[in-house]
Formats: sequence, C-alpha cells, structure tokens
Amino acid sequence: MMKFVSSMMIGAIFGLGIAISGMANPAKVLNFFDLFGTWDPSLAFVMGGALITTLIGYRIVFGRQNKPAYAQMFHVPERADIDRRLVLGSAGFGVGWGIAGFCPGGAIPALGLGYSQTFVFVGAMIAGIILARFANMRLQRTAIAL
Amino acid sequence: MFETEFTPVMSLFGGILIGLAAVLLMSIQGRIAGMTGILTGIIPPLASDWSWRAAFLIGAIIAPAIFVAAGGTVEFAVPPTTIALIVGGLIVGVGVYFGSGCTSGHGVCGMARLSPRSIAATVVFMIASFVTVFVTRHLLGM
Repeated sequence: MMKFVSSMMIGAIFGLGIAISGMANPAKVLNFFDLFGTWDPSLAFVMGGALITTLIGYRIVFGRQNKPAYAQMFHVPERADIDRRLVLGSAGFGVGWGIAGFCPGGAIPALGLGYSQTFVFVGAMIAGIILARFANMRLQRTAIAL
Repeated sequence: MFETEFTPVMSLFGGILIGLAAVLLMSIQGRIAGMTGILTGIIPPLASDWSWRAAFLIGAIIAPAIFVAAGGTVEFAVPPTTIALIVGGLIVGVGVYFGSGCTSGHGVCGMARLSPRSIAATVVFMIASFVTVFVTRHLLGM
C-alpha cells in the first residue's frame, strides 16, 4: 500500500512539474523547436533544471543506498551499445514530437487538463506502441525462423 | 504565428520538480522515471509490476487537474490539426517503443547517468524535432 501511495505522490510531483514548466503545452514545445520563427527558449530551462537535479540526486541515492526503499534492487539499463533500432526509433520519436508538439511525458499529465486534443494524441500514441510491439514480435519470430 | 511567453523561472522550477520526481522514484522504487517505460508496462499484456506504474500515472494525471482546480493557470494551445495529432501520435508511439525511451527516460534519467545510449538518443530526437519543425513551418508553411 505504501508502495502504491508513494508512487502516486511521485507521479504527482512529476505531473505538476510538467504542467508548470510548459512541457504539457504543445504551442510552447513547438516554439522551442522553431529557432527561425517564434522561438521560445523556455524548454532549455526545463531540461536544464531536471537534468542537474537528477544528476546530483542520483549520485546521492547511489552513494548512500544499497537498495531502494520499497524494492529489492535498482533497475538501471546496462546496455551501452548504440544500435540501429535506438537511432531510428529516436529519430522517429523526434519527427512525431515536432509534428504534434507532445512527448509522452508531456502528454500524460496534460490529460489532467481535460482538453480533447490530448486524448486524440494519447490514443494515437498508445496505438503506435501496440503496433510497434506487434511488429517487433513478428520481426523476432522471423529472425528465429531464419 | 503562435507566440508563447518566455518563462525561465517557472520552467526551471518545473524542471527541478521533474528531476526531484526522478530521484525519488529511483530512491524508493529503484526505477527510471521514463514515461515510455512506465506507460508500456500498463498496456496489455500487463507487466508483472504494473501497480506502481498505474499509481505513478494516476498521480501524474491528477496533479495538473488539482493545480488548475486550486486556481493555478496552465497555458495550453495546440497549433497542430487533428490529423497532425493522430499522425504525430502514431509516429511517437512507434518511435519511443523502438528507441526504448523518450524525453524523460533518455533525456533526463539516462543523460543524468551519462548513459551513451541515452545521450545518443537525446541528440537524435532533438535534432529530428528541430528539423521537423523547420520543414513543417518554414518549408511547407503549415
């Protein structure tokens, strides 16, 4: 129960941060990318603030704790190789982000603002994840068959 | 065409809150605060540890609602058309699945761990977004 409540509280801090930072506002996100038009550099401050806080905070956590408070171990990705999937997938994400102005972390908290456009985007994004998961299963099956 | 106000203080403060959430999630659950990973785990077939993910998502959605209900203002405007939202949403979904993360997972948590994969992913998706907006707004005039 504490695990559930603490997760919800942390999610709330995340969602509040997204909302007040401007990341939940597609107009602001798109303007950050529009260097040669209506440029709004605000998002650099969001990324900077989040990154510096996490950089320092992770060091404190990994330095002081052997394991998380409510879990057996830290789940941290170990891979270091930069493969084609990572690069092409990320390029795709960037294109979609530039078209719609929403990223997943911006769109989910934006649902709480209650605008219909967010629901359209999130629905399409979830459909995209399901589609990719299905395509990935097919790819793996083909690879095994070969 | 859609001017937005430069908000360095609120954006920095919001960013610090996002970072704080990432640090707390690692300290308490031992997890990366990446929206792609958290969301994918609650799309059927459910991940075995779906409950903390669902809790995080519920918190992330209700917090902005409470903030607005309490009198806070959150600027919101969506310049793209419905078609663009659907196309963009589909591409984002496929992209983050194959790219194993998005702005929160790679851009914040992965970069903070100095992960080479996350640094590469972040550079690639940021460049792709800049190029996409340049093409749609200045070459295609959308």
